[in-house]
Amino acid sequence: MELIRIRGVEKQYKNGVTAICNLDLSIKKGDFVFIIGSSGSGKSTLIKLLHREEKPNKGRIIIGGIDVAKLKNKKVYKLRRKLGVVFQDFKLLPRMTVYENVAFALEIFGLSKDEIRKKTIKALELVGLKNKVKQFPDQLSGGEQQRVAIARAIVNGPKLLLCDEPTGNLDPDTSFGIMKVLEVINKMGTTVVMATHDKEIVDKMKKRVILLEDGKLIKDYEKGTYSHEVA
Amino acid sequence: MRLLRTLGRNIRDAIKSVFRNFSLSMASISCITITLILVGLAILTSYNVDNFTKIIEQDFSVFVYLDKDIDEEEIKEIEEKLNKNPNILEYDFDSKEEIAQSMMETSEVLKNIMGKWEEDENPLNDVFRLKLKEIRNIKTTISEIEKFENISYVDYGEKIVNNYISAFDIIEKILIVVVALFIIVTAFLIANTIKLTIFSRRKEIEIMRLVGASNFNIELPFIIEGLILGIFGAIIPIIVVIYGYYTFYIKYNEHLFSPFMKLVVPEPFIYIVALILLGIGMIVGMFGSLRAVRKYLKI
Repeated sequence: MELIRIRGVEKQYKNGVTAICNLDLSIKKGDFVFIIGSSGSGKSTLIKLLHREEKPNKGRIIIGGIDVAKLKNKKVYKLRRKLGVVFQDFKLLPRMTVYENVAFALEIFGLSKDEIRKKTIKALELVGLKNKVKQFPDQLSGGEQQRVAIARAIVNGPKLLLCDEPTGNLDPDTSFGIMKVLEVINKMGTTVVMATHDKEIVDKMKKRVILLEDGKLIKDYEKGTYSHEVA
Repeated sequence: MRLLRTLGRNIRDAIKSVFRNFSLSMASISCITITLILVGLAILTSYNVDNFTKIIEQDFSVFVYLDKDIDEEEIKEIEEKLNKNPNILEYDFDSKEEIAQSMMETSEVLKNIMGKWEEDENPLNDVFRLKLKEIRNIKTTISEIEKFENISYVDYGEKIVNNYISAFDIIEKILIVVVALFIIVTAFLIANTIKLTIFSRRKEIEIMRLVGASNFNIELPFIIEGLILGIFGAIIPIIVVIYGYYTFYIKYNEHLFSPFMKLVVPEPFIYIVALILLGIGMIVGMFGSLRAVRKYLKI
């Protein structure tokens, strides 16, 4: 079943840069998709379009029945509740503990304390940080911080997890740790879309690979590797 | 239930935020405090001034002197016309005989002189004593009465009263303008404070939006924060109004400068004023912060 359908999408920034050009793409439910390409190829823009941080100038983006391109500012939260986003710079709140950072995503929905506790602990368990709930982000390593961010992104049980260079700031070993977590999440049924330029990871994972260049879709492989895509 | 929990969490967060940004919050609170003290003084003053006007109105009479050769028919005609005038609350008629009688009762000398008058020698006039509904409209009413036939002249005791009343009127109007200006300035200041709070919390807000907070979820804590600033800001003005007015009232022993300037009895008057101040504080705090949230969150 199709979760994401992108048809004829074009995105031009106000400064005149065309980031995405006439893009057609379908992503199935339960897929694990890498979006690769050099800097400025439009990977990040695509992720931003998917969580409606940016609006396309043309075309349609349908995610789980929501027409993202037409979504009004006021209604964006409806989309955001169905997906999780992970960034290169983690975006954790430094004055909150690990637990509070994750629980934060649930608190705004007005869940009861028990429910919040259960879900938060479960998410932290999944990323392997159950024993660090009381620490603050700056007491953790980069990899651990990213795990907290992933826990926050999935604590709500989203259908889709978007990752924008989640391993960009991490060393190779730590990156693999993160990828393992993402793989587990994917196996549990969450669709994962990840923008990256980490060659090793893409080569090892053998997942669907989409290559963008200057905002255009160049190649789309079922079980691709980075090396032969870019070369 | 869900809404209640959200509300509880937001109140907690808002109080935290007020203390976390203590210096900024203090700036807003002191600004609300100063405004509300002035607003409170303005309300007390204008209400009292209004009260003076009412007291004057109650004691105040207009005398309509009739022509000397007037007959009963013509007096009746004037009476009918007075009945029709909307600004006349009530009137009394004193005939010249009655006036002469009461004057003679006041002193022996007068009695000796006036007692010797023949009936048609009485030099006094028949008089209508009028009470007006609105003293502000006295000039129109008098010029209307002066147009009646058989009226000798119209007089109203202390003309100075009229000056008082127009002065009171001006005071009230100035107070209203000043209060309105202060309220607007305060709302702007609160908007600024909240703007700075928003600035210091913009990362948090960004993440809130990312994880699916609706605009309402994001706005609510700031609105509550504004509300709390408003409530804190109202505390000192309420104390000032209640104690200040009591002290003033006791010291000036119910009246000020002149006997007709009676102060309004403190209870329940000052408690109503206190509630009004609290209400203004809350509303100004809320709207100031809503303005900032709408403007700076671009939601």
